[in-house]
Amino acid sequence: MSAFNAIKSGDDVDRDDYTPAVEPQPTWCPGCGDFAVLKALKGAMADIGKDPEETLLVTGIGCSGKMSSYFDSYGFHAIHGRTLPLARAAKMANHDLEVVAAGGDGDGYGIGGNHFMHTARENHDMTYIVFNNEVFGLTKGQSSPTSPKGHKSKTQMKGVAKDPVRPLSLALSAGASYIARTAAVNPNQAQEIVAEAIEHDGFAHVDFLTQCPTWNKDARQYVPYIDVQDSEDYDFDVTDRREAAEMMHQTEQELYEGTVLTGRYYVDENRRTYQEEKQMREEMPESPVAERYFDDSVEWERSYDLLDRHM
Amino acid sequence: MFAADRSSLSEIFIIFQCYSMANDLGPGSLNFGVTVRTRTEVTMTQDELIWRIAGGSGDGIDSTSQNFTKALMRYGLHVITHRHYPSRIRGGHTYVEVRAGAEPVKSRGDGFNFLLALGDSFARNPQEKAVYGDEEVKPLTENLDELNEGGVIIYDTGVLEPEEFPDLEARAEENDWHLYPIDLRSIAREYGRDVMRNTAGVGATAALLDMPLGPIEELMSEAMSGDILEANLKVLEDAHEMVLEMDHTHDLEIPQNEHDEDQVLISGSHAIAYAAIDEGCRFVSGYPMTPWTDVFTILSQELENMGGVAEQVEDEIAAATMAIGASHAGVKALSGSSGGGFSLMSEPLGMAEMTETPVVLVEAMRAGPSTGLPTKTEQADLEHVLYTSQGDSNRVVFAPANAEEAYEQTRRAFRLAYEYQLPAIVLYDDKMTGEYRNLPKSFFDREPNPDPGSVVTEADLEDLPHDAGGRYERFQTDIEGSVSPRSLPGQRGGRFLATGNEHWPDGQISEDPTNRVLQMDRRVGKLDAIRADLDEEDSFNTHLGDADADFGVLTWGSQQGTVEEAIDRLADRGVAVKALGVSEMMPMRMDEVREFIESVDQVLIVEMNATAQFKGLLQKEFGAYAEKLSSLLKYNGNPFEPAEIVEAIEIEMDGGEAEPTAQTTLRRAAGD
Repeated sequence: MSAFNAIKSGDDVDRDDYTPAVEPQPTWCPGCGDFAVLKALKGAMADIGKDPEETLLVTGIGCSGKMSSYFDSYGFHAIHGRTLPLARAAKMANHDLEVVAAGGDGDGYGIGGNHFMHTARENHDMTYIVFNNEVFGLTKGQSSPTSPKGHKSKTQMKGVAKDPVRPLSLALSAGASYIARTAAVNPNQAQEIVAEAIEHDGFAHVDFLTQCPTWNKDARQYVPYIDVQDSEDYDFDVTDRREAAEMMHQTEQELYEGTVLTGRYYVDENRRTYQEEKQMREEMPESPVAERYFDDSVEWERSYDLLDRHM
Repeated sequence: MFAADRSSLSEIFIIFQCYSMANDLGPGSLNFGVTVRTRTEVTMTQDELIWRIAGGSGDGIDSTSQNFTKALMRYGLHVITHRHYPSRIRGGHTYVEVRAGAEPVKSRGDGFNFLLALGDSFARNPQEKAVYGDEEVKPLTENLDELNEGGVIIYDTGVLEPEEFPDLEARAEENDWHLYPIDLRSIAREYGRDVMRNTAGVGATAALLDMPLGPIEELMSEAMSGDILEANLKVLEDAHEMVLEMDHTHDLEIPQNEHDEDQVLISGSHAIAYAAIDEGCRFVSGYPMTPWTDVFTILSQELENMGGVAEQVEDEIAAATMAIGASHAGVKALSGSSGGGFSLMSEPLGMAEMTETPVVLVEAMRAGPSTGLPTKTEQADLEHVLYTSQGDSNRVVFAPANAEEAYEQTRRAFRLAYEYQLPAIVLYDDKMTGEYRNLPKSFFDREPNPDPGSVVTEADLEDLPHDAGGRYERFQTDIEGSVSPRSLPGQRGGRFLATGNEHWPDGQISEDPTNRVLQMDRRVGKLDAIRADLDEEDSFNTHLGDADADFGVLTWGSQQGTVEEAIDRLADRGVAVKALGVSEMMPMRMDEVREFIESVDQVLIVEMNATAQFKGLLQKEFGAYAEKLSSLLKYNGNPFEPAEIVEAIEIEMDGGEAEPTAQTTLRRAAGD
């Protein structure tokens, strides 16, 4: 008998089950793209039928980090850039949990870039949504890792001298096994992609373009967008790493030239998840470690039995 | 000079002068390269063996010394080791010292009485003017200054040619040293490979000490097999036989004793790791860093066989954050590092405090600042560990003095962390990682305690408060004892938000001033609850010496054993001193420490750092006693030797006018 009965409860859920009854109204600015991420996540969870209490949503710091306040599940509003280590460890402690991490582009591609690379490399079975608005919103408009070259802000008066980070290419070379980009202005595609990402067995990275109407007024609102799967102008195989890499590169480039490309970029269904890799090596038990503490039949090991080597 | 009857010898002490040569480039010697002689008074008995094996990194010094130490333990002796090594993998002078006697040993000795000098077979540059000096000969030359009068020297003439040391015979005569130049390399080569020089050295040692080969051969058979074992046994026996036939001029013999129960050889790092296992810790995350790597390695190797998970990750920020993530999801977790890596943990440490997530962190100190002396010891991270991370800190810190204490205190650290939902830190240092000592095996015969602490069950949740939307009020402010029980993700009816922001009882972010004060008071109040809890438990602080003494020594962490040895020696000379070794750094047992300070006229605070951090902590709490508190500091990378503490106590008792001769610093009490 499990100590965690919300897990695989099979209870019917709809999107409203994810809306908190207390303080349901997000504090984001009117027109903010973040609303669309929340909506897509609620919809995707309901589509898949995940119980709010078998779900752990780990968020970072910034406007995006507040999503865990407006999404009614177990939540951990962590510190800037550290969502991924927190989320992946929770997954290893109890691998039956549905774990989703979310944060901004500064959080994921800047301060948490090292964790992004390593979590992707390990291919944990979890989802990472990056709210990419190309600017630091909550600190009032400084240039971010994805701001276009030349972007002017109070801390970059003469325009950013750096090339922006390439999020999709970065995820691919680091080892993510599902990589997609969607946009706030494309709610149907967003919900589908988020659902696919959650259902994917492995590390799923969704770069979610979220317009910032307050600090990025001059930027595109990410319309019109093109779905690369729907358009006849683009033809590539999402399971082919080389073709995916090329398409990603083009997509990242064209965003700064005014064309908003979205869709699925890379899907590898064959790569083993980190949990599977560890279990194959007998480095991780078959049933969740967290269950052990509630299982009276467990015989706890003692250091006393390790002492032969010390005699 | 020494009678064969050891029981009468234990009462006899020989006092002599030991000249320690320090190549001091500090302000004391302005001439570059001039050797300065400093003098420390040394007291020692010949009824114990202090054996030092010295070579280059890669010469098998660590493994050989550990096996020999085990052999001495099996032979019936009490043992303690001291490890000195460079931050290099191949080459560079390294030694391990084993002190063995019939009585329990508390610390390293002053100097040593048996040197096995192998020479450095990986020496980079055998030239005197090289930056690192002539490395090949260092295992002999660098150890002579600390070798006691009457000492025995074996050196491998296969690497160290006698003509390179023209002064050695004269110095030996002056100090009554007994020289045994032996071509260990030839013996090793005859049956196996050069590296077996260390085995030949052990065989020669046994012959000179009149120690039977039995326990050594037994250990070799357990550790090796096949041709390697055969070759090593031949090397051992050949060297033994050859040295037995030599003329023996020394009178040092192996002490005699028998243990009345099974013993195990344990380091401080094993004690910490084993306590974690016995507390049901099943998640460890870390990044390698000397000397924290020891605990990390032991737990990584064991937890995976115990239904747990071990993770080596990208950096220490991730390591600590992951331990918090695992703990949040219901698994008892540990992470840790040494000073530099622990700096990266400041941020997650504060998050654990604010989100009230239990976690145990280990901090294995080495000499700082920055990269400092990577393989040398120091106690200079006390303030770092007590206060690092923004905001008011809210944590438990224990600083064990030895392996037994490390085990007990790590277990209690887990209990407090999980009961009170905060970080508990075990602070120890490089000295204790390399310090192996024997403990009765029965010490570890304990019940495990996998209790996850103040965690609710789904049944509990049905009766606990929830907000109007059904979120569990995991951070209740009006709760007795300051601890609001936590639910775990996946539990039905337990969902809540954990956040590093200030929050309402259900976890939602809040900047409401009244709620802020209530939550702060409750969190900070946990320390008071822990104080009350600890009042029910035996103190981890250790009282030593003569309770009626007017002179007191205060110390913390790993220096306690050395202080004990120092005050025992003074007691043997009729000088009464008492000491208090403090382990409970946060929360501190104020009454116990205050009573100690009030019970004496003078207090000397002994610690291994340059800025008297422990004294600063005491003065923060006990400012009224400033005129009583003086400091003895050491920060040259080596732990205190007992004689250095004896010297400082005597200077202080004598009015505090003199300067210590050792590389220690004596700071007078304010107002003197």
